[in-house]
Amino acid sequence: MAQTVLHKANTRGVANHGWLKSYQSFSFAGYYNPERINFGALRVLNDDIVTGGMGFGEHPHDNMEIISIPLEGELQHKDSMGNTATIKAGEIQVMSAGTGIYHSEYNSDPKNPAKFLQIWLFPNKRNVTPRYDQILLNDTDKRNKFIQVLSPNANDAGVWIYQDAWFNLASFDIATAKTYILNKKGNGVYVFVLKGQIEVDGQTLDTRDGFGIWDTDNFEIKAIADAEFLLMEVPMEF
Amino acid sequence: MQIIEILIVGTNKPIMETIARLIDKDGVWKATISLSFDDACEVCLRKDFKLALIGAGLTDEQESQLKAYFNKLKPSLPIVKHYGGGSGLLFAEIHQALS
Repeated sequence: MAQTVLHKANTRGVANHGWLKSYQSFSFAGYYNPERINFGALRVLNDDIVTGGMGFGEHPHDNMEIISIPLEGELQHKDSMGNTATIKAGEIQVMSAGTGIYHSEYNSDPKNPAKFLQIWLFPNKRNVTPRYDQILLNDTDKRNKFIQVLSPNANDAGVWIYQDAWFNLASFDIATAKTYILNKKGNGVYVFVLKGQIEVDGQTLDTRDGFGIWDTDNFEIKAIADAEFLLMEVPMEF
Repeated sequence: MQIIEILIVGTNKPIMETIARLIDKDGVWKATISLSFDDACEVCLRKDFKLALIGAGLTDEQESQLKAYFNKLKPSLPIVKHYGGGSGLLFAEIHQALS
């Protein structure tokens, strides 16, 4: 029988730094909840809002797979590998921090906030050579189906990372129901509702709710209202 | 106030310095940096560490050897792989290891 965990949106950690408001599904920085450290290899899911013209100054990372999914606005990225890029809604960015990188990220729009998901996964291989990639997602493609945006395979759809993880974005019309089949035995899926209302394994989920499900090969997702959501399939043991 | 000594091991000096700065900011925790396997083995003899964090840069073999060395020298010493480079995960890692 499937096991599940529910994280309602209003139970997330909140950090308000003025220029940054961050809603944290798992313990991060000043938010420490021993009951919410990770979901398998998924360690960080921050729902961030960055004020116009502000951002994260240069800071280091190592040994972590870092995925950014902008939801509104854009962020300017600069890193120690020499990459300078702007990432905006409809794109996905990935960094394998490996042996260590420095980067900065700023909201280049002086007036409007940038909203994005910051997702960190433990890597399946430590001390790799750092790498960076970003791709444009085809927004129209995700209607009423699962669109893979991340995998472990360089020649598969979406970006790739050093972990046996698969991410899918979806936009379901009301009453649409689909079964998600897991790619790998031993993996679990963390469902994060971007907007709307869905039902997973009998549990109703609203905007920004998170729901982890594991010990199952598949599960059904039904849209109670028009909904957009992200599925993060990750190893539960790593 | 008892200071909790924390050993951090990794080969990327700027990242180690960032981690040390964040640890020292806590007030109760005090970081000691080791940039190599040999130095980590040596410094462990001189200080009573309550935790060892292993960051990026050591080979898998060095990590295993270091763990074996620490386990023999001080079996109660928690040894934790540090991920993220001194960013948002550091405090949870330390709290978990010390609790």
